[in-house]
Amino acid sequence: MALVKAFTQFVDPPSGSTSAEASPEAGGTPRAAKIETVNMGFFYGTHQALRDISLRINECAVTALIGPSGCGKSTYLRSLNRMNDIIEGTRVTGSVTLDGEDIYARDVDVVSLRKRVGMVFQKSTPFPKSIFDNVAFGPRIAGLTNRTELTEIVERSLQQAALWNEVKDRMRESAMALSGGQQQRLCIARALATSPEILLMDEPASALDPASTARIEDLIFELKQNYTIVIVTHNMQQAARISEVTAFFCQGRMVEVGQTKQLFTNPSQKETEDYITGRFG
Amino acid sequence: MSSAGRSRREKPSLRRAFSWLRLREEAIRCLLFGCALLSVMTTLAIIFVLVTETMIGIPPHTSFFQDVSLSEFFLGTEWTPNFSAEQAHYGVAPLVCGTLLITGISGLIGLPTGLMIAVYLSEYASPKARSICKPMLEMLAGVPTVVYGYFGLRFLTPYFIMPVFGGLGAQGYNALCGGIVVGIMIIPMVASLSEDVLRAVPNSLRESGYALGATKFDVSARIVVPSALSGVIASFLLALSRSIGETMAVAICAGNMANLSLNPLEATQTMTAFIVNVMQGEVVAGSTLEKSLYAVALVLFVMTLVMNLVSQLILEKFREAYQ
Ligand SMILES: Nc1ncnc2c1ncn2[C@@H]1O[C@H](COP(=O)(O)OP(=O)(O)OP(=O)(O)O)[C@@H](O)[C@H]1O
Ligand SMILES: [Mg+2]
Repeated sequence: MALVKAFTQFVDPPSGSTSAEASPEAGGTPRAAKIETVNMGFFYGTHQALRDISLRINECAVTALIGPSGCGKSTYLRSLNRMNDIIEGTRVTGSVTLDGEDIYARDVDVVSLRKRVGMVFQKSTPFPKSIFDNVAFGPRIAGLTNRTELTEIVERSLQQAALWNEVKDRMRESAMALSGGQQQRLCIARALATSPEILLMDEPASALDPASTARIEDLIFELKQNYTIVIVTHNMQQAARISEVTAFFCQGRMVEVGQTKQLFTNPSQKETEDYITGRFG
Repeated sequence: MSSAGRSRREKPSLRRAFSWLRLREEAIRCLLFGCALLSVMTTLAIIFVLVTETMIGIPPHTSFFQDVSLSEFFLGTEWTPNFSAEQAHYGVAPLVCGTLLITGISGLIGLPTGLMIAVYLSEYASPKARSICKPMLEMLAGVPTVVYGYFGLRFLTPYFIMPVFGGLGAQGYNALCGGIVVGIMIIPMVASLSEDVLRAVPNSLRESGYALGATKFDVSARIVVPSALSGVIASFLLALSRSIGETMAVAICAGNMANLSLNPLEATQTMTAFIVNVMQGEVVAGSTLEKSLYAVALVLFVMTLVMNLVSQLILEKFREAYQ
């Protein structure tokens, strides 16, 4: 089987924590689901972008979303912290729960939801402010004004994002002066500064060179000790390297979900196999 | 055979030759250059007139500063050029003071209001609200300034300023009214220029803000406006230039009495208001009064110029910091 050979070389999880069970159908003892969507659908106006998505996202693990362009990965990701609310005329059906609570319930405070569910975008989006002010943005809008506390949080976040050593002497400089890879790590630090429980990443490394990509992957590896991470990626090697669970989306449906190793070496659906062997998408 | 064919073929010459196309290009170039030249010449002519009337007289005419000493003009505190010769004083300070007072009040009113309208239009308003609000603003911008002046004089002063500040000694003509009216006049300008720059802020910055748990106000005040600061400042400075240059509304509302005082409840006179006021009366050609017009105009010209330079400088600084 060429497929198995092609993927076994990089499906070697460094941490060896493969016991995390992907989904109910994978059997075994499932880990606590941090986020769960049940029969979820999504509409942009009348256009249905997602249908019938049932997916459990495990705590302190990396879940990768893969699939051809336009299949709804970003839409799914953005509906987990209600970013799609900003777009006029969007609608969600089915249920999305965070720790068992429906995040689309009427009395949910979107602002505090987003503080718990952080997000990193494909294109790095540093604010035109200093490096310090960028990272301190989240804590500041949450009302923190104490200078020493802010400094602590900023330093810790930058260290977590593996950027501290590069910027510690230039905290007052504009973030726009950083390189693309540094800007992306800055955005990760900025998201970490609000201490979210979940980090949603939409193709965080797609605009970066291999070295920066590797750093970000290392970073994700570190972060999953404490954070639940959902990552969209077009790079299947990347999905295989960093994630425990992979979900394959196609045309607004979730075709298959399973343990990453399982999904890549022995997909149960023909579509999945076609996609990961590059015959489609 | 093919090489022989190639050598025989005539090569197009690279040398210039007459052609209608070239002639047309040339004519267009001249026309455009002429237009550019015209504006430069006009500016130079204005500067020439201002300088010869004010500083360097061409005999037999004398310049303003040959009649009036520099120290009286810049240090004097009384401006009474239309009094008889012995009582006439030519200290420009009251006019500068009036201008700054009116500009200051108008800025306090017009700039924040304009910016808030811009934030509303670009961040908060639904497409429907915007489609109602924008034409209203354009209408406000299209109202002739004389109408604003009478609005101030006949409405603002008797029904607002007098009831509120009458006890403090507000006069029928007062700087406050002039300032408010000019402030209202610059609102559409600030609002529409600022709205353009706010809307130009990429949506990705807003989304990043929301993803960090920011409210709409956080996003507007801490991300969008700071990101567009250079453009916002530019719109402010343009609006203030307009305030400095505004004439009719101020002349109607604020009275025509040069007054070295920063009390907004008293009548005052700005530089431009003085100029129209004198022009409306009879000016003896070649009199010191007539020449004082040019001196005041020169000061106004220099003030506006400095302001434009300062705005350029601020923009440059901002660009360095954030790009
Ligand atoms: N703002 C929007 N308004 C209307 N339709 C949208 C909007 N954003 C996305 N869509 C549609 O929803 C579908 C899913 O888009 P989505 O961005 O989620 O795809 P994706 O899987 O992230 O693709 P890619 O890999 O290219 O990023 C597409 O058909 C797209 O056209
Ligand atoms: Mg996408």
